[in-house]
Amino acid sequence: MAEPVNRRRAVLRVIGPMAARLGGAVFVLWAVASITFFAVRLIPGDPAQAVLGGPGSQASPEALALVRNEYGFDQSVLVQYLAQLGRLATGDLGRSYALNQDVGPLVLGQLGGTVLLAALALVVAWLLALALAAWSTRGGLVAARVGSGLEIVAAALPHFWLATSLIVVFSIWLGVLPPISTGGATGLVLPVLTLAVPLAGFLGQVLRESLLTALESPFVLSARARGESERGVLWTHALRHASLPAISLSGWAFGSLISGAIVVETIFARPGLGRTLLNAVTLRDVPVVIGVVMIVAVAYILMTLLTDAASRLVDPRLRLA
Amino acid sequence: MSTTARRIEPDAALTVRNLRVDFGADPVVRGVSFEVARGECLAIVGESGSGKSVTARSLLGLAGANARVSADRLELGGQNVLGLTDRAWRARRGKDVGLVLQDALVSLDPLRPIGREIADSLRLHTTLGAAARARRVLELLDAVGLPDPARQVQKLSGQLSGGERQRALIAAAIALNPPLLIADEPTTALDVTVQAQILALLEQITGDGTAVVLISHDLAVVSHIAHRVAVMHDGLLVETGSSRQVLGSPRQEQTRRMVAAIPADKPRGTRLSLSARAADAAPKPARPATSAVVLEAIGLSKSFRRPDGTRHLAVDDVSFALQRGTTLGIVGESGSGKTTTARLLLALLPPDQGEVRVLDQPWSAASEKARRGRRSGVGAIYQDALGSFDPRWSVAEILTDALGLRHRRRAPQTTARLVTLLDQVGLTAAVLRRRPLELSGGQRQRVGIARALAARPEILICDEPVSSLDVSVQAQVLDLLDDLQRERGLSLIFISHDLGVVQHVSDNIVVMRAGRLVESGPATRVFAAPQHPYSVQLLAAIPRLSP
Repeated sequence: MAEPVNRRRAVLRVIGPMAARLGGAVFVLWAVASITFFAVRLIPGDPAQAVLGGPGSQASPEALALVRNEYGFDQSVLVQYLAQLGRLATGDLGRSYALNQDVGPLVLGQLGGTVLLAALALVVAWLLALALAAWSTRGGLVAARVGSGLEIVAAALPHFWLATSLIVVFSIWLGVLPPISTGGATGLVLPVLTLAVPLAGFLGQVLRESLLTALESPFVLSARARGESERGVLWTHALRHASLPAISLSGWAFGSLISGAIVVETIFARPGLGRTLLNAVTLRDVPVVIGVVMIVAVAYILMTLLTDAASRLVDPRLRLA
Repeated sequence: MSTTARRIEPDAALTVRNLRVDFGADPVVRGVSFEVARGECLAIVGESGSGKSVTARSLLGLAGANARVSADRLELGGQNVLGLTDRAWRARRGKDVGLVLQDALVSLDPLRPIGREIADSLRLHTTLGAAARARRVLELLDAVGLPDPARQVQKLSGQLSGGERQRALIAAAIALNPPLLIADEPTTALDVTVQAQILALLEQITGDGTAVVLISHDLAVVSHIAHRVAVMHDGLLVETGSSRQVLGSPRQEQTRRMVAAIPADKPRGTRLSLSARAADAAPKPARPATSAVVLEAIGLSKSFRRPDGTRHLAVDDVSFALQRGTTLGIVGESGSGKTTTARLLLALLPPDQGEVRVLDQPWSAASEKARRGRRSGVGAIYQDALGSFDPRWSVAEILTDALGLRHRRRAPQTTARLVTLLDQVGLTAAVLRRRPLELSGGQRQRVGIARALAARPEILICDEPVSSLDVSVQAQVLDLLDDLQRERGLSLIFISHDLGVVQHVSDNIVVMRAGRLVESGPATRVFAAPQHPYSVQLLAAIPRLSP
């Protein structure tokens, strides 16, 4: 009698949170779609113009009226909004006004490059932050000061300035790396660094703070009293504790990397979601804007799930709760 | 006894001569000498700030990165360890000397299974393979009396009970049979019955030939297992001798103070803090006994939802009555429902069943609106005084707020009220401008009491009010509560896990276990002739001075 009840309870315990997550994700996607739909309407200009090749195309009033009718621009905002939601619900991202292409394949084609850029930047930022935090907590007072100074400066660097400076130093003076993305691995170095360095400064601050707390903990004293070396204390105990807050932040950081990619892809002339989005906003190409934003939202949700899983991996207490 | 005579002692596991430690400014340890033989337990007892923990850590070369340690001699097992390199120290830590800290919840890495933590000692100092290490870990857990080691070895410290994880911590420290074990407040976070078990385990380890240095603030705790006791005060050992001698006939002022501060077995009304005035030291006359009930709990029950959806019955059909001018002690171990009871009495939680009545009026059954005007009649004192204050407020702000005079905080009368209030709890106006972090533990709890008194309550509900204090500070706070009760006719509910404290302060006692009231009655009767087997067990575990 108790057996099936317990099993049902166990199943509920697994499914319940998952259902809640899924519901949350759907809500986020709806909110993103709605906000984007109305925000894009704030851009001045006529979408019918965009369909007919932009404001410079001097389309005839008849042609504009035809397009308005065909695309439903003459309908009320509410009707347009519901129609948009209906299409999104069936997975149809619509057709680009300006490129006369389906948005789905268009956006997905650009996704890979941007995700690669953001993921590499996240990895590099973590490595830089870990190295800096480990060095600055162990190297005495001077290292601590230098470390925290470097972190603050790095975290405050704007992407456009850093990108330009890196191009000046590595492409123009030293001539070792290409100033624009050529598609090869060398072309990725500067864009990745541009995104990684400010994030590393930010993650480093969080890591160093929590590392200092962890190193003062009683369990670290216990480990030292067992004869554990400083390196062992750092790697088996302290870093694991210290990384937990930084892991939680990484989900948020990934979102900021995608938005940072807009600047970086433009400066380094790299194809990707960022540039696609920028062009679409300039042309008032509403379906593309919404498509990009929706895809980014999905990536962001997946990344949050991933950081959740990473936290559970590092902190077994979360697996028990 | 000359130094040469000591040098040839074959049994000395530890020799310390004139140990001094400073952190740049004033020395924390100012010339301490002692030795410990194999199979001997030396207790170093002192209040917080006496330098006992720094002394203990110096014995492992872990006094801290900024610490300057010097000594005439510092020898482990006859070998000098003064000025060892860090690498040489690491080779000795765990192997020649082990360390047990308080509260294994944080002294074992909370992210790693206890088995891994214990195996670390073996990994660092032996060439045993993983399988051999795992076997040895199980043996060790068995040796420290952890039931069902094979199942427990995979658990995190947070999944074990306080006693279980403290055993695991000890297992990690003795994994390599170090000839010297240093235990720094090893039982401080534990319930009395568990404390008794851990002390028995340490005694057994001593019996096996290990030299044990036991650091504690509590004389009664160490008196059971220590062969010798050294009393530390202000960086110096003020008195050293056999347990019997130091506890039975203390010669130094500091030691007498500490012996007097132990509450267990001291009759109600006996002063615990030694005062210069002899009149204060004598038991006060009994207070007029009344039978008017000021607070009554009738069939209280409260349950909570567990994360897995089942319900946990925290308080189960509990009834008692508090009479005017008396103290009702509620005693029980962690998880017994004491704190939930306190929250029910304060009407911070609504009971599922039953009722609380205050001064013959409905209390828990009244609406919060109706209750608010009467809340000033029921004050509260908490264990964590620091956590109950806004850290940015000064003492003056905290008390002005409690007096309800924030709108007149600059008025001279307000300051006068503050000074009167502080005077009642034995503080001076000097603390008015300090913030909670700038106060000592005892001062903080006094401010907490002053805050509770500000609204002139008739009833004070004290939830573990002295549990985070040193024994000597605890003595002062208990004396203060006793004085206040006498002067103002306060009725107290005194909740504690420490039976010794409850015995000293209570007129009537309620013993709780797992949410249920297992025994209640006059304190003298419950302590002289406990009825319930659980009460008997609790009473046997009270730390007493054993001559």
